[in-house]
Amino acid sequence: MSLKLVLEMFPIALMFAAPIIMAALGGLFSERSGVVNIALEGIMMVGAFAGASVTVVLEPVTSMAPWLGLLVGILAGMVFSLFHSFASINLKADQVISGTALNILAGGLTVYLCQIMFRQQRTRAFSSGLRKVTVPMLNKIPVLGPMFFEEIYPTFYLAIILVVLTWYIVKKTAFGLRLRSCGEHPQAAASMGIDVYLMRYAGVTISGALAGLAGATMVLTQDIQYTVSSIHGTGFIALASLVFGKWNPWGVLGAGFFFGFAQILSYYAKDIHFLAAMPQEIFYMLPYALTIIALVVFAGKTVGPKAAGEIYDKGKR
Amino acid sequence: MPKIQANKANNSKIMVPLFAVALGFALGSIVVLITGKNPLMMFNAIIQGSTGINLARGGFNPRHIGELVIQSMPILLTGLSVGFAFRTGLFNIGAEGQLMAGSLAATAIALTVKAPVFIHVPMVLLAGMAAGAAWGAIPGFLKAKFNVHEVVVTIMLNYIALHFNNWSILKVFGSVDRVKTAEFPVTALLKDPWLAAITNGSRLNWGFLPVILAILAYWFILEKTTFGFGLRAVGFNKDAAKYAGMKVERNMVLSMVIAGAFAGLAGAIITTGTFSFGRALTAAEGYGFDGIAVALVGMNKAPGILLAGLLFGMLKSAGPLMQSAGIPREIGGIIQASIVMLVAMKLGLERILLLLRGNIQGLSFLSSDSEEAGV
Repeated sequence: MSLKLVLEMFPIALMFAAPIIMAALGGLFSERSGVVNIALEGIMMVGAFAGASVTVVLEPVTSMAPWLGLLVGILAGMVFSLFHSFASINLKADQVISGTALNILAGGLTVYLCQIMFRQQRTRAFSSGLRKVTVPMLNKIPVLGPMFFEEIYPTFYLAIILVVLTWYIVKKTAFGLRLRSCGEHPQAAASMGIDVYLMRYAGVTISGALAGLAGATMVLTQDIQYTVSSIHGTGFIALASLVFGKWNPWGVLGAGFFFGFAQILSYYAKDIHFLAAMPQEIFYMLPYALTIIALVVFAGKTVGPKAAGEIYDKGKR
Repeated sequence: MPKIQANKANNSKIMVPLFAVALGFALGSIVVLITGKNPLMMFNAIIQGSTGINLARGGFNPRHIGELVIQSMPILLTGLSVGFAFRTGLFNIGAEGQLMAGSLAATAIALTVKAPVFIHVPMVLLAGMAAGAAWGAIPGFLKAKFNVHEVVVTIMLNYIALHFNNWSILKVFGSVDRVKTAEFPVTALLKDPWLAAITNGSRLNWGFLPVILAILAYWFILEKTTFGFGLRAVGFNKDAAKYAGMKVERNMVLSMVIAGAFAGLAGAIITTGTFSFGRALTAAEGYGFDGIAVALVGMNKAPGILLAGLLFGMLKSAGPLMQSAGIPREIGGIIQASIVMLVAMKLGLERILLLLRGNIQGLSFLSSDSEEAGV
C-alpha cells in the first residue's frame, strides 16, 4: 500500500465519513436525552430529498443553491423528527416502533413528492452539488496537506466543527448536563426541576437537524439527484458509529472515519496487495459485524445512556 | 361482573387498530387530495387490486386476486415472525435478514440437489426455515447470554445478510448477468401453470399452503401449548417468569429461532414461488418493515396477523393500478407508515376513543402536566 494510494483514498473516505459523523452526532443528542432514534435513516432521506429538490429548483437563480439545500435539509429533518418526538414523548409510543414508522414513511413520502414535483421516481438531476475546496497554506504541509486540505468538501470541516461543538455542549454546558440527566434518570432529573419533556424535545429536534443535514450533505456530495436508494443504509451505519463510538463525540468521530474508510476499501482493495484476495462484500459487512462485536464486548459495562428507550413515566421512582 | 368488563377491555383493544387503519386511510386520502389527485381513484384501485372488480369501468380480472395472495404471503410470514418475538417481549427488526438467509438457503438446495418434486420442494422450504432460524438464533443468543439489545443486533444482521447474500449469489453460485443465478430445475418450484391459468396469468403459486400451515402453527404453539405459555410468560414479565422457574434465557433464544424460521420460510417461498432463481439485491426489499406493520396492526394474534397481512397485501397489489390511475403508488407506504405510527400512539388513540364516547377527560395527554401513570 503505497503512500500515494493512501493520499488518494483520504479525500474520498472523508467524503463518506462526513454524513456518517453528522447523523451519528444527531443520534447522540437524541439518545443522550433518553430517546432511541432508529429513524436516522428516514430523517436522512427526508433531508436528502429536501436538499436535492431545493438545489435543483434554485440552481438557475443563485450559485448558493447547494448551501440553501443544506439549510432546507436541516429544517426538513427538524420538522420530520417532530413526529418522533410527539409520538414517543407526549403519547408514550414505543420509540423503536415510532422510529420504524418514520423510516417507512420517509421512503413513501419522498418518492411520492418526487412524482408530484418532477413526474418521475427521483428528483431531477442538479448540475452541480457542493464544490470541493482547497485550503491555502495548509495544503502545502507535507503528507497532511494532501490528506486533509486539498480538494475536500467543506461539509467535512463542518462535521469536525460539529464534533467539537457537540462535545462542548454535551459535556461542558448546563444544557448538556440536563440533557444527559434525562437520558440517565429522568425521574431524578425532574425532581431537580428539569422539564424532561422539553429536554427530550430538544434532543430529538437537534438529532433531526443533524440527520437532515447529513442527508443533504450526502446527496449533494455523493450523488447527482435524490433517489430512494440515495441513503442506502447510511443512517444505520451512523447508528452503528454511535454504538461503536460509545455514545461519545470523539468516539463517534473515530468510528465515522473508520466506517468511511471501510466503505471505500471495497473500491481500492484490488490495488492493495493483502486485501486484493478478499471479496468486496466483506468490506460492506465490516461496519455491521464490528458493531455486533462491540456490543458484546461492551456488554455489562455502562456505556450508553441508561434510560434511553424507556418511556418517561412521572409516577415511577 | 368481571366477565363483561373483560369483554369491554377486549373490545377497546380491537378498536385501536381498526381506528388506526381508518385514520391511516383518511390521512392518505388527504395527502392525495392535497397533491391534486382524486382519492376515489385510489380506493377504486384498492378494491380492484383485491377483488379484481373494476368499479369505475366495470369488468373483472381474477389476476388481481392472485397478485393479492402473492403480495400478502411474504409479509404475513414476516408478520408472524415479528409477532412471535413480540409475544416473548423481543423486538425482531431482523425479519428482513432472516428472510434473505432463507432465500439464500432455498437457492442453494434448489440449485444443488436433484430430487423429485415431492422431496425437492419440502427440502427447499425446510432449508429456508432452518437458515432463517439460524440467523434469528444469533440475536436471541446474544440477548440471552450477554443481554445485548436485539434491536441493534438485528438491524446490523439485516445488512450483513444482504451483503452475504450478494456475495454468495454472485461468487459462489455464479451469476449470468450479475443479478441472478441460473434458473432452478422445475422440481424445486412452487409455481404451477394451472394456478397461473385459473387466475388469468398471475404469479399465484402453491406457497399459500405452507403460509396457512404457518398461521395455524403460530396459533397452536402460542395459545395451546405449555411451551407457548412459557414464551408468553417471559413476554408479560421476565422476572416473574424466572421466579416461577421458567428458563427465560432458553425461551428467548427459542422464540427468536421460531421467529427466524417464519421469516426464512417467506424467503424460500419468494425465491421458488414468485421467482425461479436466486437474486442479488441492491437494497433490502422492506418485507421486514412490512412484517412489523402487520404484527402491530394484527395485535400479534394469528387471526389479526392474517387480516393485517391481507390489508397491507392489498395496498401493495393495488400499487401498479394506482400508478396507472395517476396516483403515485408510494401512497401505500405513506398509509402504512401512518397506520403504524397511529398504532404506536395507542395511548393517545385510546384517549381520543374515550373522548368520542363522550367521556370528557380532556386531551390532557397533550400537555406535559398530565399525571397519568403510563401504559
